[in-house]
Amino acid sequence: MTTSPAPLLDEAVTASGRTKQRVNRKAKGERSVGLHILLAVASLYFLLPLWWLIVAGTKSTQGLFTGSGGPLWFDKNFALFDNLQQLATYNNGIYLRWLGNSFLYATAGGLGATILAVLAGYAFAKYRFRGRTISFMILLASVMVPATALVIPTYVLFNNLGLTNTIWAVILPSLLSPFGVYLMRVYVQDAIPDELLDAARVDGSGEIRTFFTIALPLMRPAVVTVLLLSVVGGWNNYFLPLAMISDQTLLPVTVGLNAWQVQSNSATANSLVWNLVTSGSLVSVIPLIISFLLLQKYWQGGLSLGSLK
Amino acid sequence: MERKNARFGWVFLAPFAVVFLVFLVLPLCYAFWMSLHTNTLAGGEQFAGLENYTKAFSDQRFLSGMARVAGFALVFVPLQIGLALVFALILDDVRTRLSRFSRLLIFAPYAIPGVIGALMWGFLYSPSFGPLVSFFDFLHLQAPDLLNRDSIFWSLTNIVTWQWTGYYMIIIYASLQSIDPSIYEAARIDGASKLQTALQVKVPIVTSSLVLTMVFALIGTLQFFTEPQVLAPLAGNAIDAAYTPNLYAYNLAFSYQQFNYASAISFALGLMVFLASIIFLIATRKKSGLN
Repeated sequence: MTTSPAPLLDEAVTASGRTKQRVNRKAKGERSVGLHILLAVASLYFLLPLWWLIVAGTKSTQGLFTGSGGPLWFDKNFALFDNLQQLATYNNGIYLRWLGNSFLYATAGGLGATILAVLAGYAFAKYRFRGRTISFMILLASVMVPATALVIPTYVLFNNLGLTNTIWAVILPSLLSPFGVYLMRVYVQDAIPDELLDAARVDGSGEIRTFFTIALPLMRPAVVTVLLLSVVGGWNNYFLPLAMISDQTLLPVTVGLNAWQVQSNSATANSLVWNLVTSGSLVSVIPLIISFLLLQKYWQGGLSLGSLK
Repeated sequence: MERKNARFGWVFLAPFAVVFLVFLVLPLCYAFWMSLHTNTLAGGEQFAGLENYTKAFSDQRFLSGMARVAGFALVFVPLQIGLALVFALILDDVRTRLSRFSRLLIFAPYAIPGVIGALMWGFLYSPSFGPLVSFFDFLHLQAPDLLNRDSIFWSLTNIVTWQWTGYYMIIIYASLQSIDPSIYEAARIDGASKLQTALQVKVPIVTSSLVLTMVFALIGTLQFFTEPQVLAPLAGNAIDAAYTPNLYAYNLAFSYQQFNYASAISFALGLMVFLASIIFLIATRKKSGLN
């Protein structure tokens, strides 16, 4: 925050002007106190479940239900390390496999989707090929296709090919990101002037080389955004793996944790794993929260790509 | 030169086009084919024409699910976008450490998978150990059951609002940031108050991102699936297998192996999503600047 020169200017104004300014500043101050209170209340609301998750992650199953501190404070029995140890060993450490699977699905699907979106967005933005307009309209319409309409037939097709219950059943359909293509097109249209590409052509650079040496470096902010969005989308994906995967060892962490919830809910005594549901949820959100904090400057600017005309 | 280069458009588009054909066009065509057939034990796969569709549009469970998501959309879209707009305008106006911190906190739920968001709120709602119980115990009152048939609508509304408001807020906030500040100076000289500047200068300029976020929220709401699916086992009989059309299609396919009818339900839903989005875009065409 830089200090504004306003106080210095104040000294120069006339007495009546000074009172007027002071009144103004007071009114402004009061209003922003109100706004700050509003923001603080909103922040509390958005923070509450996360706070609960942090607290709940440190409790045993018994502590979750009858903990001494209530639902929003720590139990006197601090069970975080027990929970972590159980997470690593329960059911042969299946939780760690789930984390690994999520990581694989999110990065492989996200990287692939980003590469395809970068190439396609560049094509739509910078080449006037035959069928461009109609292709782009089909692409926009496809954003509205409901997930079930795709997941159900894709499941049947994959099932016929014997591909359900394999990592490919999750990764391959995740390569499709029409919205990513749309974002890339919007960005490239403005960020890369046609004249620049024409100049490269005049200099004898081929189309592929122009793309890699001139266009791609300029597309970096949009590439990072699309990559971030598709990796997050992959990490949070639930419906597709829920339908495709029944083999426990291939589940991503989202589907696995919900399976634990269902198991605990219909519980026989020895399969109660509420403590693993909460501590597992806590552990699984940490990587994304960290990446969002680290990549703040990218996502804050990047998420608006699609909305700027 | 133009002509020759134009071919390269397809070269760059080809990899995506292949994926688009294989994982979108082909499954959609196949689903449409399935929706026109029935599978009987005796006769196998048989052509049924539009029978599945007439069945869907007279299926009380599908229709009430459709009505329910329409009701959700009427609440979700204005609530989430309205809150997102208010927060974005405030954050655009006050630039302090607290406001930057608030921005992060409001956005944070977006980084939480929908499943985990729903699980967390399920715990918080729980009538046996959620925080509400201790609060109402303290007042010697009976805590409300947030997971019964009457309250589940609002409990779901709360989860989705918590999850998505920050994402929409960031989109709107970023387009507010891209406004040229000299416009505010002009408004100030004309004697506009901060509130007037916000309502009469800022809001009109960001209308196109408002429309975009509303379309996202609308499409998402009509396909509502994860939150009701995760809460269903916790909420007893308040969420049935046909609570939303998407959930209905999923259960028909994977619990009852009725892939043909499930495809018809999905297509019927897809048609509704498409129509609703188009109607919305036409209704807001003048405002959004999308022609």
